[in-house]
Amino acid sequence: MNPVHAAVDLPDPDLIQVQTLDEITVKFAGDSGDGIQLAGQKFALLASAAGETVRTMPDYPAEIRSPVGTLGGVSGFQVRTGSAGIHTPGDRIDLLVALNPAALRTNLPELKANGIVILDESAFTATNLAKAGYPGNPLEDGSLRDYRVFPVQIGKLTRGALKGLALSTKQTTRSRNFFALGLICWLFPRPRAAVDEWIEQRFAATPELAKANHRAFDAGWNYGETAEYFVSPLHVATNQRMREAGVYRLVTGNAALAKGLVQSARRAGLSLFLGGYPITPATEVMQELSRYRDPDVHMFQAEDEIAAIGSAIGAAFAGALGATSTSGPGLSLMGEFLNLAVIAELPLVVIDVQRAGPSTGIPTKSEQADLLQALHGRHGESPLPVLAAATPADCFATVVEASRIALRYMTPVVVLSDLSLASGAEVWREPALDELPEFTLHRSVAAADFKPYRRDPETLARPWAVPGDPGMEHVIGGLEKAGESGAVCYEAENHAAMVQLRHDKVAGIARDYPATAVHGGTDACLLLLGWGSTFGAIREATDRLRQRGRSVACLHLRHLNPLPHDLGEALRRHRAVLVIENNSGQLWQQLRAEYLLDLQRLNKVQGTAFRIAEIVEATESLLETLP
Amino acid sequence: MSQTTVIPAATAELPTPPDRAHFLSGTAPRWCPGCGCFGVLKSLTATYARLGVPRERLVTISGIGCTSRLPYYTGTYGFHTLHGRAPSVALGVKLVNPELSVWVISGDGDALAIGTNHTLHLLRRNPDIKMLLLNNQIYGLTKGQASPTSPLGLVTRSTPYGVADAPINPVNLALAAGASFVARVADTNGAMMEEVFAAAHAHRGVAFVEVLLNCVTFHDGAYAMITDKDTRDEYALAMCPGQPLLYGKQQRKVLVADNGRILALPLAEGEAVPDQALRHDPQAGDAGLAQQLALMGPPDLPCALGIFRQVQAPVYGLDPKPD
Ligand code: SF4
Repeated sequence: MNPVHAAVDLPDPDLIQVQTLDEITVKFAGDSGDGIQLAGQKFALLASAAGETVRTMPDYPAEIRSPVGTLGGVSGFQVRTGSAGIHTPGDRIDLLVALNPAALRTNLPELKANGIVILDESAFTATNLAKAGYPGNPLEDGSLRDYRVFPVQIGKLTRGALKGLALSTKQTTRSRNFFALGLICWLFPRPRAAVDEWIEQRFAATPELAKANHRAFDAGWNYGETAEYFVSPLHVATNQRMREAGVYRLVTGNAALAKGLVQSARRAGLSLFLGGYPITPATEVMQELSRYRDPDVHMFQAEDEIAAIGSAIGAAFAGALGATSTSGPGLSLMGEFLNLAVIAELPLVVIDVQRAGPSTGIPTKSEQADLLQALHGRHGESPLPVLAAATPADCFATVVEASRIALRYMTPVVVLSDLSLASGAEVWREPALDELPEFTLHRSVAAADFKPYRRDPETLARPWAVPGDPGMEHVIGGLEKAGESGAVCYEAENHAAMVQLRHDKVAGIARDYPATAVHGGTDACLLLLGWGSTFGAIREATDRLRQRGRSVACLHLRHLNPLPHDLGEALRRHRAVLVIENNSGQLWQQLRAEYLLDLQRLNKVQGTAFRIAEIVEATESLLETLP
Repeated sequence: MSQTTVIPAATAELPTPPDRAHFLSGTAPRWCPGCGCFGVLKSLTATYARLGVPRERLVTISGIGCTSRLPYYTGTYGFHTLHGRAPSVALGVKLVNPELSVWVISGDGDALAIGTNHTLHLLRRNPDIKMLLLNNQIYGLTKGQASPTSPLGLVTRSTPYGVADAPINPVNLALAAGASFVARVADTNGAMMEEVFAAAHAHRGVAFVEVLLNCVTFHDGAYAMITDKDTRDEYALAMCPGQPLLYGKQQRKVLVADNGRILALPLAEGEAVPDQALRHDPQAGDAGLAQQLALMGPPDLPCALGIFRQVQAPVYGLDPKPD
């Protein structure tokens, strides 16, 4: 295939002719042993250092150990970078880097028409083509004619560049990721020095590999410069607004959850205790915490999810900030203990990183279908606050808010995240401890008139006397309690009063919320309403529709129970409301019941997040039907 | 920032001499009159009074069942948790505050049916937590169903034709789980209970104590042979570390090993204890003999009581993690 002079031959207004792009979505793909995640993450970090807004989304092979070169073994890392308006990892790919035929075949459906593919031609052997299920060679049969394909002998060129180094064939093959990274870093100019420095650090222990990666990176970069595939590098618009001073890092939702727990406990002056049990896609939360050597950060890997939450409740009883992290099946197992935390009124943060259910379902796919379980999945009258995070970095803020509520109201709180937030990442500046809100604790208790269930008149929270506090020894448990004393009590009137009290306490949490904010104006005809990880797609869809002159606004809920006091009023201001969820309409059902409003809904349960375009399209059709 | 002031009460001092009443809540127990739980409460609170641990640093944590009501009657911090789940709550308490003396009170249904998993993991992890398993071989709170320790053939409300599945031996299970301290006592022997509970407290690591508990209402006399004045000499053997395993009237029966099996030999008038007599060693290299002793019971052999095993092992949550 002849080299293509992109700017001349491909008059694509979206990508090539314009030298400064608003945004670009790049996907690195290859076999799971190809170092794809590393290359993708590095590219994202460099983009972020250049001041671009960055969102990323990895996809891991479906099976842990698929044979090399097969469709099941494909690993991918998608990076979307650009100016301020970016809120998702991107609907479709602009540029695909495919290190083998399986990576091409898996990702081609996601590539935009006329999108760019840079592929390793040396990997397109008969064997690899067969493993990917290609009947012929797509490079020769014309099946890629709708795309701009740039075959590069990445394998061969990398081998050449690494000649003379003491490396195994496997190590040499693996260095292809740095060749690809070098080429892409030439195309979207990134400071080479930063990469060199990073290679030195990362491979300090293995100088031969460091050398190999330097050489491979340089070879890729130089190839970009000399091969004349591309006329000149492309520039992506930056987002200078987000650059307050501070340390920025690429953070996944799960890492942000872990960090949020640690910082909440520190802000409150407490120990953190997380009881965990491995479950996809929540496991990283406990793993992150296991790395702390801080004696006030405890991570206990329990024998099951029941013991995980049980130990966290014990820790809360003993005066720590108790927490647990799990996914839907684990939350089901935790239901009984959650109720104990409700009746014992102990502060606890329960994180559910949702995945596609029911049952084992599709553990590697995302869904928002645990909302009703979080709200109602317990026996008896058992109210508790439920919050949801909107973006990977927002997982931090959401956990901080959950901890604040748990401690101020002496209650368990459920935080909903999901797989797309868990593994997606964005650039984030970690706030200093004193930037976090203040925490109210109920540890100021005088032994003289201590009663375990005597309530704070404002929050209705009970005092938090813990073992070790002299003179306040008391027994709590799951049996119904008498008003102030907390003594076991089965009386009818008392039970009714306690049910009401627990309800009022949780309902009162809404007093603390800021006013509900609508993006795009309260006078819009149509309001798009969402919660959780749909934030980015809804937000960008709203912006796009408004650019087209449509009368659309959006509202995103963080607090799902209790709902904001001003929500009903906010909904009534618009002619129509479309509730958008990755489930079959769970919040929609709640809101209809709560406000008796005929809300519309848009649902997707395919295990993947909404594309912006899907929401735009659905909204356009809904707008057409509105009077 | 946060307010963590706690105003101490004037009553924080330990009474001298130690007074058992100081470790009682004053709430009147609701067990059936004659229930073995009364004796356990008495011995446990008497032990608490002896330990020299201030009341506020004792935590009594239970699951669900008749026996799990016990924390309500102690004057310590207490948590009446969920059926079978007390060990996990206790672990959370102990891990965030190792200064506390944490006691788990459980029953046979609680610890060996619904909560077996947690029991096993508590024992193998070896945290510094004390667990009493009050074994009455029956579900009392739900009024008389077979439990995992009910003997074969026992007729209960859920087994009108007799229990058809083999029971668990709690001490044997604890030994198999690798517990570093394992003991068995009977609810009728207050002195032995106090002694063993105090030894459990002194042990650095997990301590598991099976209490043979009589449920007067649903399984009365389950341990009569072991505890009744007339029969206990023949059917109970109190183990003494380092000593030969003797029992019977005037200690005239001795246990010996025969080809790996334990046999009881009567000693003739004036006959000395033979050399091949089995000696009790709670610190033995492995728990093999202890497991054999744990499985003994009437009518062929006596039921062994006392401390089966007491060994040092790394303590979870206290000793540094291995590098
Ligand atoms: S039912 Fe049995 S175990 Fe329960 S309180 Fe009565 S005697 Fe005790």
